[in-house]
Amino acid sequence: MAAADWASRFRPNLARRKVWGRIWFALFMLAIVVGLAGLVILVMRVLYQGAPWLSFHFLTDYPSRFPEQAGMRSAIFGSIWIIGLTGAFTVPVGVGAAVYLEEYAPKNWLTRIIEVNISNLAGVPSIVYGLLGLAVFVQLLAMGRSVLAGALTMSLLVLPVVIIASREAIRSVPSSHREAAYGLGATKFQVVKEIVVPQSIPGIMTGTILALSRAVGEAAPMIAISALVFLTFVPTDPLDKFTVMPIQIFNWVSRPQEGFRGIAAAGIIVLLVVLLTMNAVAVYIRNRTQRRSEE
Amino acid sequence: MLRGGSWDREPSHGASLLRSGRSAPTRGAATGRVVHLIFFLCALVSIITTVGIVLSLLIESLGFFREVSVWEFLTGTRWSPILRPRSYGVLPLVSGTLLVAFLALAVAVPCGLGIAIYLSEYAPDRVRRTLKPILEVLAGVPTVVYGYFALTFVTPQLQNIPLPMFRDLLVFNALSAGIVMGVMIIPMVSSLSEDAMVAVPRSLRQAAYALGATRIEVALRVVVPAAVSGIVASFILAFSRAIGETMLVTIAAGATPRLTLNPLESIQTMTAYIVQLALGEAPHGSLEFQTIFAVGLLLFMLTLLMNVLGHLVVRRVREEY
Repeated sequence: MAAADWASRFRPNLARRKVWGRIWFALFMLAIVVGLAGLVILVMRVLYQGAPWLSFHFLTDYPSRFPEQAGMRSAIFGSIWIIGLTGAFTVPVGVGAAVYLEEYAPKNWLTRIIEVNISNLAGVPSIVYGLLGLAVFVQLLAMGRSVLAGALTMSLLVLPVVIIASREAIRSVPSSHREAAYGLGATKFQVVKEIVVPQSIPGIMTGTILALSRAVGEAAPMIAISALVFLTFVPTDPLDKFTVMPIQIFNWVSRPQEGFRGIAAAGIIVLLVVLLTMNAVAVYIRNRTQRRSEE
Repeated sequence: MLRGGSWDREPSHGASLLRSGRSAPTRGAATGRVVHLIFFLCALVSIITTVGIVLSLLIESLGFFREVSVWEFLTGTRWSPILRPRSYGVLPLVSGTLLVAFLALAVAVPCGLGIAIYLSEYAPDRVRRTLKPILEVLAGVPTVVYGYFALTFVTPQLQNIPLPMFRDLLVFNALSAGIVMGVMIIPMVSSLSEDAMVAVPRSLRQAAYALGATRIEVALRVVVPAAVSGIVASFILAFSRAIGETMLVTIAAGATPRLTLNPLESIQTMTAYIVQLALGEAPHGSLEFQTIFAVGLLLFMLTLLMNVLGHLVVRRVREEY
């Protein structure tokens, strides 16, 4: 009796529910379109505005008060300096820290603190690193507003990323390889030096290049260190003043004259090409090693 | 056997290992200890960095808080550290920061969540593997580029909207910065939420299908509620990212600290203030100079709080399954 009553009340109403399903699906598609459209319009806009201003002299000339003569030579060289030094500082320290955490670290409170700390550092806003560099490197250690201070600041900023990527690369080395080396009587350091690190080099390189490509586009901490936007010489010494590409672009964007908008877009094209190249190299290294290990 | 890499040279490796192991075991042990110490010091750099951040922010702001009370700083409603009459109430900067961050979430939450549901519940594997990296590009574009985009494209488009409220939209405004920042953090929301949804056990979905649920009902009434901690965590972490974002708001949102919730006005965020002052001529050690460390300290504490909260929520979801 009661059961029949319930059954008569049960209306699957499948048609209406399926219509709702389709409406929601359309909304999901719309969400994807918003994301993709944002990217596409951004790139088109930059290309459209910047392409007419691109020329060879734009790469080799110094900044100027006149948009027609402005170039980003000092910014390009500044970025190369910063990236070179940052790479030189972060790779040894980052790999060392990753080796320690994966191969040596005992399971205790200190190790846990280090791990939690690294993941928290990755979430600290980049401008805060700029303040750290300003207080410690520029002032306390009296490096001034130099390339060295900038590169050290940038190193601390990308270090968590390099450590996390290196740890993943080291973790993917099969433990059988380590055990085989131990079986031959190798010491721990020999296993690290001969087995673990050589096999994780591709992964470490991929992670490092991606981290450095993030550093290339990072403007905020460099502004806090350099505070310079108009520089007409190329740094030749780690203690020279410097500017970098995103700072130069920021300077051009914030000028009211229409010509500088175009120059800014041209600078963005150069910056994006550099980033794209770095990412392509990273992906290439990753794919090549993946294919090899599948053979 | 693997080809390539160090294994090509395996025999000589084995020989060299044997040789050194036999000749000087004590020297090897000493080297081991030194190397162990060096690796440990590398790991310690991250701790030193954190200590350095906290100490440098605290010490520099101490000078500031000797002149201005913490209470005045945190509750004052006028921020004018350079122009007289001077006033050091940080609330206008905080309201500007939160305004832009909430506008960004208003864009990123629906879009990111929609993308995550599609990727986790609908998309075939091939589509998923192409779509994800393309969307990740959004997070890799430098933020100066977004600032340029907001200022030279989005703001003029908004000004063209034929509504009275948009007619006198300023060149610098919170709205366009918030919208563009929202697009920028979509991949943060979508990839973290998707991870949480993928982790929902398949049996839950199958049970719902067996009861006659449609696909959308499974997605919205089973998967999303089961993954809610991870989804909320993705919102919190995206929010933290939005608070700390600097160049985009410096370029597009303006430099006028104002206590307002009106997105059509020009405002200033905490990060934009730090950049503005760092570019200026304030001499080291002056009160103006110390303000950026006080603001930086507040910013650091806010983002730290958000990140810790986000990670705590993520850990809760892991314990359930």
